Amino acid sequence: MENAVFLAFILMLSIFLGFELINKVPATLHTPLMSGSNAISGITLVGALTSAGAEHSTLATILGTVAVAMATINVIGGYMVTDRMLAMFKKKGGAK
Amino acid sequence: MGIELLVNMAYVVAAVLFIFGLKMLGSPATARKGNLVSALGMFIAVIVTLLDQSIIDFKWILAGVVVGGAIGALVARRVEMTGMPEMVALFNGFGGVASLFVGWAALYDMHDAHTFVLITIVLSILIGGVTFSGSMVAWGKLSERISGKAIVFGGQRVFNILLIIAIIVSAVMFTLSTGPATSIYLYLVIGLSLLLGIMLVIPIGGADMPVVISLLNSYSGLAACAAGIAINNIILIVAGALVGASGIILTQIMCKAMNRSLSNVLFSGFSAVSASGTAAKIEGEAKAMTAEDAYYVLEAAASVVIVPGYGMAVAQAQHVVKELQELLEKNGAEVVYAIHPVAGRMPGHMNVLLAEADVSYDLLLEMDAVNPRMETFDVAIVIGANDVVNPAAREMEGSPIYGMPVINVDMARNVFVMKRSMASGFAGIDNPLFFKENTRMLFGDAKEMLGNIIKAFS
Repeated sequence: MENAVFLAFILMLSIFLGFELINKVPATLHTPLMSGSNAISGITLVGALTSAGAEHSTLATILGTVAVAMATINVIGGYMVTDRMLAMFKKKGGAK
Repeated sequence: MGIELLVNMAYVVAAVLFIFGLKMLGSPATARKGNLVSALGMFIAVIVTLLDQSIIDFKWILAGVVVGGAIGALVARRVEMTGMPEMVALFNGFGGVASLFVGWAALYDMHDAHTFVLITIVLSILIGGVTFSGSMVAWGKLSERISGKAIVFGGQRVFNILLIIAIIVSAVMFTLSTGPATSIYLYLVIGLSLLLGIMLVIPIGGADMPVVISLLNSYSGLAACAAGIAINNIILIVAGALVGASGIILTQIMCKAMNRSLSNVLFSGFSAVSASGTAAKIEGEAKAMTAEDAYYVLEAAASVVIVPGYGMAVAQAQHVVKELQELLEKNGAEVVYAIHPVAGRMPGHMNVLLAEADVSYDLLLEMDAVNPRMETFDVAIVIGANDVVNPAAREMEGSPIYGMPVINVDMARNVFVMKRSMASGFAGIDNPLFFKENTRMLFGDAKEMLGNIIKAFS
C-alpha cells in the first residue's frame, strides 16, 4: 500500500511538471513536439524488455517480444522523424 | 539490491534527460538538440534495463528490436512531410498496443495478485487498447483509406454508454475473479476497449482531426503510465505522465482555437452542431480572376500575407509558395505567413511544411500577431484554407463556427483565394469571404496557379 502512495506521488508531480514544460512551447514547434513526445511514450519499451526477457510463460514472452518490436518502431521512428523535421527549421540569419 | 539501485539511479538520469529534452523543444534554436537529449535518455533507460539481472533471454529482445528498429527507421526516412499526421497517428497506435501487451504480460508475472496491481493492469490494457484502435481509425481517416467524414448513426450515444458500462463491469469482474474466469474477462476487456477506441474516433470529422491526434498522443502517454504502475517501473510513470500532459495541453489549445469544448468535439461531430443554425443566406457573386491579373496586383503590393491551409498540403504547394515569396521579396514587398492553430490536420502541420520548403521560421506568425495589423496588408493570399478564414465566425450569429477565432483576411485591402472549386470546406459551411467586394477567386490547383503567377513575374 505504501508503494501505491509513492507511485501516485511521482505520477502527480510528473503531470504538473509536464504541464509546466509544454505550456511554453510555441505553436511553430507543435508537430515536432508531438512526434518527439510520441517517441518518449515509446518508453513502454523498457517495460516490454522486462516482459520479453525474463523467463516467464511462453505467452508472456510472445507478448513481450511483440511489444518490444512495436515500442521500438515507436521510439526509433519517433526520434528519427523528429530530428528530420527539426533539421528543417532554420532562420535565415541576416538575409534581410 | 546493488544492481537494482543502479538501474533505478539510471532511470533518474533518463528522466532528467527527458525533462531537459522537452524544455529545449521550447525554442526552435535548441529544439534539435533537445530531441537528441531525450533520445539519449531513452537509450540509457533501455540499456540499463537490458543489463538488469532479471533479463535472461536476449534472443527475443534482439528479434523485437531488430524488426521494430528497421521498420521504424524505414518509415521515418521515407515519410513525406505532408504525411506526418498519418505517421504520428500510426506511431501512437504502436505505442498503445505495446502498453497493452506489457500490461497483459504483467498478468503472468504476478506472484501474489494484489487488487491494486490488477487495477493498474486492467487500466493499461484498457487505455492501450483504446489508443491502438483509435489511432488506427485516425490513421485510416487521415490517409483517406476510410472516409474522412464524421460517421454518426442513430443511437450512437446510447451504444457508447452501454459499451462503457460493459467495460467497467468486465474490468471490475476481472479484478475480483480468480482462476480461469480471469482470462475470459481479460479478453472481454481487450475486445471492448478496442471497440471503444473505434467508436470514439469514427464520429469525428476531418477538420477536428488535430484534436483527435493530440488526444491520442495523450492517451499513449497515459497507457505507458498505467503500464508503469502495473509493473512497478518508475521511468514509465514519469515519461508517460510527461507525454500525457503534453497531449492534453495540445488538445486544449486546439479546442480553444475552434471555440469548442472538448466534449463537443468528441461527442457531437459537426453535423449535430450545424443542425441548430440555418444561417442567413449569403448574397452576392464570387468574382474569379486569372493568374495574370493576380500578378499585376502582387507586383504593385508592398506587403503580402500568405494564409496556408490543408489545401496547400494536398497540392504539395509549399515549395512554389516559397518561390513566390522570394520573387515578392525581390520586388521589395514584405511577405509574412499567418498560421491558424488548427490549419492542417495536426498541430503545427503548416509550420513543418513551410520549414521543409526552407521558409525562415520567424516569418511564420501566429493568428494573434497578424490580426491586429491585417488592414495594413495590400494582399492576403489564402491557399487551400477555408474555415480558418471564414468571416462568418465573426459576423454571422447562428453560423456553426460563430465565435471561433479566425484570421481576418477580409480586412486586408485585397484577398486572393486559391481553391479547387466553390465547394465548402470540411465543416460544410458557406464562406461569405468569397463574396466580399475585395475578394478575388483563383480557381484551380494551388500549385499550378502559383506556378502561373510566378511565370508572369519572370
